[in-house]
Amino acid sequence: MSTIYILWLRQLKRYFRSKARIIGSIGQPLLFLLALGFGFGPIFQRAGGGNYIQFLAPGIIAMSILFTALFSGIEIIWDRQFGFLKETLVAPVPRLYIMIGRTLGGTTVASLQGIIVFLISFLVGFRLVSAALLPAAFLFIVLIGLLFTALGTTIASLLDDMQGFQLIMNFLVMPIFFLSGALFPLEGLPKGLVAVASVDPLSYGVDGLRGTLANGVHFGLTMDFLVLGVIVAALLVVGGYLFSKIQV
Amino acid sequence: MAVDNVSFSIPDGEIFAFLGPNGAGKTTTIRMLTTLLHPTSGEMRLNGHNPVTDQNEARRSFGIVFQDPSLDEELTAYENMEFHGVLYKVPKDIRRGRIGQLLRFVELWDRKDDLVKHFSGGMKRRLEIARGLVHHPKILFLDEPTLGLDPQTRDHIWSYIKNLNQEEQMTVFFTTHYMEEADRVAQRIAIIDGGKIVAQGSPQELKRQTKTSSLEDAFLALTGRAIREEEVGAIDHLRMHRRMRHR
Repeated sequence: MSTIYILWLRQLKRYFRSKARIIGSIGQPLLFLLALGFGFGPIFQRAGGGNYIQFLAPGIIAMSILFTALFSGIEIIWDRQFGFLKETLVAPVPRLYIMIGRTLGGTTVASLQGIIVFLISFLVGFRLVSAALLPAAFLFIVLIGLLFTALGTTIASLLDDMQGFQLIMNFLVMPIFFLSGALFPLEGLPKGLVAVASVDPLSYGVDGLRGTLANGVHFGLTMDFLVLGVIVAALLVVGGYLFSKIQV
Repeated sequence: MAVDNVSFSIPDGEIFAFLGPNGAGKTTTIRMLTTLLHPTSGEMRLNGHNPVTDQNEARRSFGIVFQDPSLDEELTAYENMEFHGVLYKVPKDIRRGRIGQLLRFVELWDRKDDLVKHFSGGMKRRLEIARGLVHHPKILFLDEPTLGLDPQTRDHIWSYIKNLNQEEQMTVFFTTHYMEEADRVAQRIAIIDGGKIVAQGSPQELKRQTKTSSLEDAFLALTGRAIREEEVGAIDHLRMHRRMRHR
């Protein structure tokens, strides 16, 4: 227990001490909300989609969780490079606990991030549809955070240098975000794109958030919850296994 | 192959130096003994535990000061110590006491609440050594612990370690490139070269065996005068850069 706690605490301390990370993690979603929200708003309205900010905000919340969570997971590469990973790996504690502590830390940070963006979205005109669904929305926030922290851990356990990091950003994070339905509705899209979106885990996170915070679901909340839950469980197992096999 | 058929044993409470030129296999041996790397063949026992199959028991038995940096630079000196103490399950009151005592000992108490990234190379080294001692291990591994430290600090730290060695029967396994340090501190020495142990014995025995008057000469007689090239991977390379910048 104390092992998990101290690793969780470390993730939080690192997050709150990194001013650049906090500013960036607030600035980027704000830019997206302002530029896309107001930029595409009129067209979206005219096309009969309704208020674009209402549609977009859950997507941007999901995006900020994705970025923060994946980055927290990937931080293992930094720890490896700066040598700190060895310090935790020679300690007499099961590696699984280390992985759990890190993952919970990353999830907490990412969830906080999601909540901050949720609050920011009110500034640009987002309005909550029903407060009764807030606990469910929070659950989706945590699930998205868990999923991508575990994914980051899994990937980082396989990489042993920094070169792979840029590759992940370009070929994993960006497609996950852009193909998820965070920015556009999945209805009426070419079949290929819909197929891609339905294997993108973030689609279900976005859908869940949209269903609980705003209006309209594509897959349905139960489906969203089940898909996210299964992927989280699978990634925790795979990530935990790969993490336990790290040699430094 | 980094090490090949290395065989040695260290009795409880001994101070043992593991010497060899760059790339001889010192760090690889330590990585295997400390569960970070799995050997392809052979057998090891650490305080009676097998580091491959009995990892947690083996890990409980030792403390280690790594050759390259291993601190979390975004945490303070105190937090690094605290993190270590919690991971090794040192009870809170003992932990607090020891951290205070060790930080005062390595003269970092005034800086305990500063982030490690603002520390000089020597300060980081002192902190790492202090951290390795928080849980009073049965066996202490020191991989080039005194690299970059001035003679005063080296003397200071060795006297503390020797004291622990005597009072708590702590076994010490260290590597160094300073031969006079090994000569002064170690009860027994093994010299490794090209992944094989080429000589073992007390400093006096090694000198007698090679008919030399200093350990440095004995070392050169045993390992030759050719300068070794060390192969480095991508990560080692990055770390090397960091070390050069910081030390």
